[in-house]
Amino acid sequence: MRNKFADVFFEESKKNKKLGLVVADISPAGSIEKFRKSFPKRFINTGVAEQIMIGMCAGMAQQGMRMVAYTIATFSLYRPFEFVRDDICYQNLPITIVGIGGGVTYSTLGATHHAQEDISIATSLPNMQVICPADPLETEAATKWCLKKSKKPTYLRLGKAGEYNFTKISNEKWSFGKIRLIKKGKNIAILSVGTVIKIAFDIINKSKNNLKDSSVYSFSTIKPFDTKTLKKIFKNYKRIIVIEESSGSGTVSSQLKAFAQEQRYFGKINTFNLKDEFIHVYGSHDDILKSHELTFKKIIRKIK
Amino acid sequence: MNNYLASIKRCKIYRKKILLLSKKLSALHIAPAFSCIEIVDFIYSKFINKKENIFIMSKGHASIIQYIVLNEKGLISNKELDRFCKPNGILGTHPDYGTPGIYASTGSLGHGAGLAVGRAYAKKVMKQKGFVICLLSDGELQEGSTWEAVMMAANKKLDNLIFFVDNNDFSGLERMSVSHKAFYPIDKKFSSFGWQTFKVNGHNYNQINNCFKKKNLKPKVIICKTIKGKGVSFMENVPIWHYRSPNEKELITALKELDNEK
Ligand SMILES: Cc1ncc(C[n+]2csc(CCOP(=O)(O)OP(=O)(O)O)c2C)c(N)n1
Repeated sequence: MRNKFADVFFEESKKNKKLGLVVADISPAGSIEKFRKSFPKRFINTGVAEQIMIGMCAGMAQQGMRMVAYTIATFSLYRPFEFVRDDICYQNLPITIVGIGGGVTYSTLGATHHAQEDISIATSLPNMQVICPADPLETEAATKWCLKKSKKPTYLRLGKAGEYNFTKISNEKWSFGKIRLIKKGKNIAILSVGTVIKIAFDIINKSKNNLKDSSVYSFSTIKPFDTKTLKKIFKNYKRIIVIEESSGSGTVSSQLKAFAQEQRYFGKINTFNLKDEFIHVYGSHDDILKSHELTFKKIIRKIK
Repeated sequence: MNNYLASIKRCKIYRKKILLLSKKLSALHIAPAFSCIEIVDFIYSKFINKKENIFIMSKGHASIIQYIVLNEKGLISNKELDRFCKPNGILGTHPDYGTPGIYASTGSLGHGAGLAVGRAYAKKVMKQKGFVICLLSDGELQEGSTWEAVMMAANKKLDNLIFFVDNNDFSGLERMSVSHKAFYPIDKKFSSFGWQTFKVNGHNYNQINNCFKKKNLKPKVIICKTIKGKGVSFMENVPIWHYRSPNEKELITALKELDNEK
């Protein structure tokens, strides 16, 4: 996903001379390095200094440039939080804040590098749009939208590298603000947020019962919240499952439950999120998801 | 054996142990650790032999050297060291408060200084003996939070506070003297904030030790000139080794080099 973002950004930067990128001592993936070489003035590395990364982005945007801030998710959103809130959101500037390694992707680096609450935090900010693509293909579409169309602040949560393109089988195009049907089934609507879409596909590919014939949706825009499509989903399914690699209020799970209550949806809803805990466990990404009980096996057991 | 030679001997063993551990993990942060081995060794042999002294590893990504020393001291078992970054172990890439011998959870840069100032000030309030020592990377001096702590320490005249700066001139991405020229001079910045300031070769025990001859009522900073990746020629000042672990061949070469070193 990182590389896809970088490719799109580099291509776009050749066409739009006002496009700039600010990083805080993060080695730029693939094409970002090319961008840096081609347009050194529009690439800024503030060093290990995240507040000025956000501050400069805001100032440059006010002068008319189209700016992107880019670093590890915890450091792009948490460290400079009040700068994001006041400089970017309060002033409503069309800046994209990219958070790399959202969720617990940085599995051996521990809680200081885990963005568990980023979705919750980002959705709580007025004016902020929140996008969490499922795979490189959605990253491509979302990045293009952020760089060309967006008129407001956006938090773009990405994974790391090597994600499989689960959404390539979809008949629907990615579009901002819309829940997207990836695979159609009859029984259950599985709404997945971000790269955990792989668990959604495990459910339909590996389970033996009627779960096999479920629909998979990519819930990639979390804010604004797509209530229109949700109403249709409420109408068409008796059971909804949400899978997302984040915790707290403002996540799809919590927003969906509140909306279901409001709409008097009488079906079943099961939500699977990260725990509201700092888990002192290291290992692979899957190991950490396992300790948060966010795995195919655990989910299957619970929805039987 | 005098302190200087003993330090050289210990640090060579530490470097080898870190290299051998790298077989188990693809991202060990070897160069950040090699950069500050002599400093960490000095801190432990001179200060952390007394209960009242405290050491905060602010550049948490170099924790492996701290774990190795704590292992020597018997606070961390061989078994735990073997399970470094594994699901059933307690040791991750960054220090975690609650692990034996670890005084603060760090890993996000620019937090150690504030914690250290808080601890040093509380010692004053509660009339406790001992020093608070904090090891910072030079990258952390790019964070505004570090300078807030530096100013506060001088406001409170914390003469029980000692900072070591691992000045290898590299952050993760590039050489600071090239990319961020206004970063220097560091010593004048600290002294104008009211600190007692020293500049030494950070790989030399004696030079570091000499900073502790004179008493002073100010907080103390020792700016240690270091080489990132020090000890293995192909790792020195090469950015990829910030993160990467050596492959089999590189490992053998690196171990050989350390053995041939005088
Ligand atoms: C607040 C924060 N921003 C970014 C990072 C990611 N990061 C880890 S190490 C590093 C830079 C390493 O350079 P330096 O701090 O000088 O340490 P050293 O060269 O001694 O390894 C960065 C940017 C972080 N850990 N914390």
